[in-house]
Amino acid sequence: MESDYLVKIKPKKVSVLLDLAEIWRYRDLLYIFVWRDIKVRYKQTLLGISWAVLQPIASMIIFTVFFGNLAKIPSGKLPYSLFVLCGLVFWIFFSSALTHAADSMVVNEGIIKKVYFPKIILPLSSVATSFVDFVINFIILLVFALVLGFIPSIQLLYILPAAILVTMLTAFGVGSFLAALNVKYRDVRYILPFFVQLLMFLTPVIYSLTIVAPNNRLLMALNPMTVVVESIRSTFAQGNLLPLNIVIISLLSCLGTIVVGLWYFRKTERFFADIV
Amino acid sequence: MKPIIEIRNLSKKYKIGVKQPYYSLRDSITGTIANASKLFSLNQHQNNNRLNKDEFWALRGISLNCQPGEIVGVIGRNGAGKSTLLKILSQVTPPSKGEVLLRGRVASLLEVGTGFHPELTGSENIYLNGAILGMRRSEVNRKFSEIVDFSEIAKFIDTPVKRYSSGMYMRLAFAVAAYLESEILLVDEVLTVGDSAFQKKCLGRMEAINHAGRTVIFVSHNMSSIEALCNRTVVLSAGKVVYDGATKKAIQHYLNFQKKTSQDLLSDVNAREGSGEIRITSLEILNDKNQPVSVVQSGEDYKFKISYHNPSKETIKNVVIGIEISDELGSKIIIMRTTFTNDNYDLVPGKGELYCEIKDLPLALGSYHLSLIVTQADIALLDHIENAMGIDVEGGDYFGTGSIGAPERCKILTKAHWSKGAVE
Repeated sequence: MESDYLVKIKPKKVSVLLDLAEIWRYRDLLYIFVWRDIKVRYKQTLLGISWAVLQPIASMIIFTVFFGNLAKIPSGKLPYSLFVLCGLVFWIFFSSALTHAADSMVVNEGIIKKVYFPKIILPLSSVATSFVDFVINFIILLVFALVLGFIPSIQLLYILPAAILVTMLTAFGVGSFLAALNVKYRDVRYILPFFVQLLMFLTPVIYSLTIVAPNNRLLMALNPMTVVVESIRSTFAQGNLLPLNIVIISLLSCLGTIVVGLWYFRKTERFFADIV
Repeated sequence: MKPIIEIRNLSKKYKIGVKQPYYSLRDSITGTIANASKLFSLNQHQNNNRLNKDEFWALRGISLNCQPGEIVGVIGRNGAGKSTLLKILSQVTPPSKGEVLLRGRVASLLEVGTGFHPELTGSENIYLNGAILGMRRSEVNRKFSEIVDFSEIAKFIDTPVKRYSSGMYMRLAFAVAAYLESEILLVDEVLTVGDSAFQKKCLGRMEAINHAGRTVIFVSHNMSSIEALCNRTVVLSAGKVVYDGATKKAIQHYLNFQKKTSQDLLSDVNAREGSGEIRITSLEILNDKNQPVSVVQSGEDYKFKISYHNPSKETIKNVVIGIEISDELGSKIIIMRTTFTNDNYDLVPGKGELYCEIKDLPLALGSYHLSLIVTQADIALLDHIENAMGIDVEGGDYFGTGSIGAPERCKILTKAHWSKGAVE
């Protein structure tokens, strides 16, 4: 028994933005939430884990037919199918992480009302769960690229981890914000699908940043996913990296998202159990 | 020795509006506009201590200390603040005022089987539930076989829990909780489910937990388990501590604690039917020592004291009095009427009292309503008050075995004599 162990419960707790020490103490719970979500997601489905694979491939085929062959959207050095798959693999990662994170408080209402744990674990575990699907999808992307004869440049070695990190952090930041908002306003659930769809068109998934007017590119860089998708493509196309100013705007925007998201989440989380 | 739990002046305010399904953005926007317009009006005093119409205090300035190794019972009527207290102690919800110091790890069992997922198997749920209750994975690994043994459902451990009966579900869930290791354990009303043998096993386990020097706070409506487990009990009423001391006295205090509500003074009640030739003026429940009580226990003897008034100048003959008890859903479950027992009365002018005695109250734990009907020879309606009084029944020892029956499924208790025929 630790004799110096002391917990103080007070009306207002001064808290840091992200209590990493506490999250570390609850790492087993984080792990088990991810494990639960993966396990449950594909139970009672006929195709099981292959659903994760089906979504980007089906979307790729549809987009290639309509946007590549019919609308003839330019895709630079890459064939349109590979071009759009690069975008889709990261976009699906981002949007599923975001959607699950935003729903995480409401879905786990029963637990929030009965047990204490750092609630930030829930959006965190949603992002981690989506990462598992992403790994499978990225392997498919690599295989597809190799089959078409495109070998990514050596820069992928640092661009890939950076792209994954930016995607996760942005989804986590926006997701935490929406999760907290969702507790109070269930409108979020209905708005979210539109929001995600709109965001996809504001991200260069089906088109390239090069067809955007230079002035607007800086504006689009506010969306961190712009840089993620474009950078990954450039490694497959052996092309030039993005201009530094665009990358910096994206990174700052990602940082801002996470600060605002966490701040709002921390501000409201103590009362989730009362209003969820 | 320093107390392991120190509660200082703890208060909790709830917004009633919050209990509504959820806010929508539209409501919030219109609310903001309404508030903004208030800002412009003069004479607007904002006083934070004043309670708005849609707020109420669930706890009002509670102070308590618990020493290591104590098992403290918490009893009180529904809405007295018992669950709120546990929620604050387990940090599920923050207090509005005051503070709590906890000198030990807390495990809370506000519900059995929190987070159980129906699609997952029994063993998968052991890991899930264990982690949610704060167990490390290695800890669950270590105790896994003990937990399965305790639950007595080893055969079904690889079956998804959605195929479990509710009894099996409870067993598994309690088994996980029973192996929590923490210095402080908070338990809310979880023993009222499951069959009585398993309940006994759980109680035994809780005693064992206590022998290991751990502190337990135990909220229950079941007086017999409170009595069996706790040596100290706190009585809450309307968010305040009204008694804190030895369990026997606390239970007595709670059961006798007479809160004068308008409900038992019936002379002013307008929602009534009948000619008014006889008027019921009050209704009281007395215990076997003739003291008025507001909460009753299954299996005890009680007397209903009905005061009436005959305002006329004539004796009214062949008056039939009926007391009808209905459950929370409004179904009548017991009717006591003087015609059943040939006890009809002739009532002379003026005021008087009637008593209705009932032995071994056969109502299971729960809330009930009493209605009163006075007729003349079962024909002319003289007075009728629907829902004249609400009563709370706490689980007592009806059967003499410590069992409280299955209150969540059946409200009437009866003593059955079982026997076994000769084997041919």
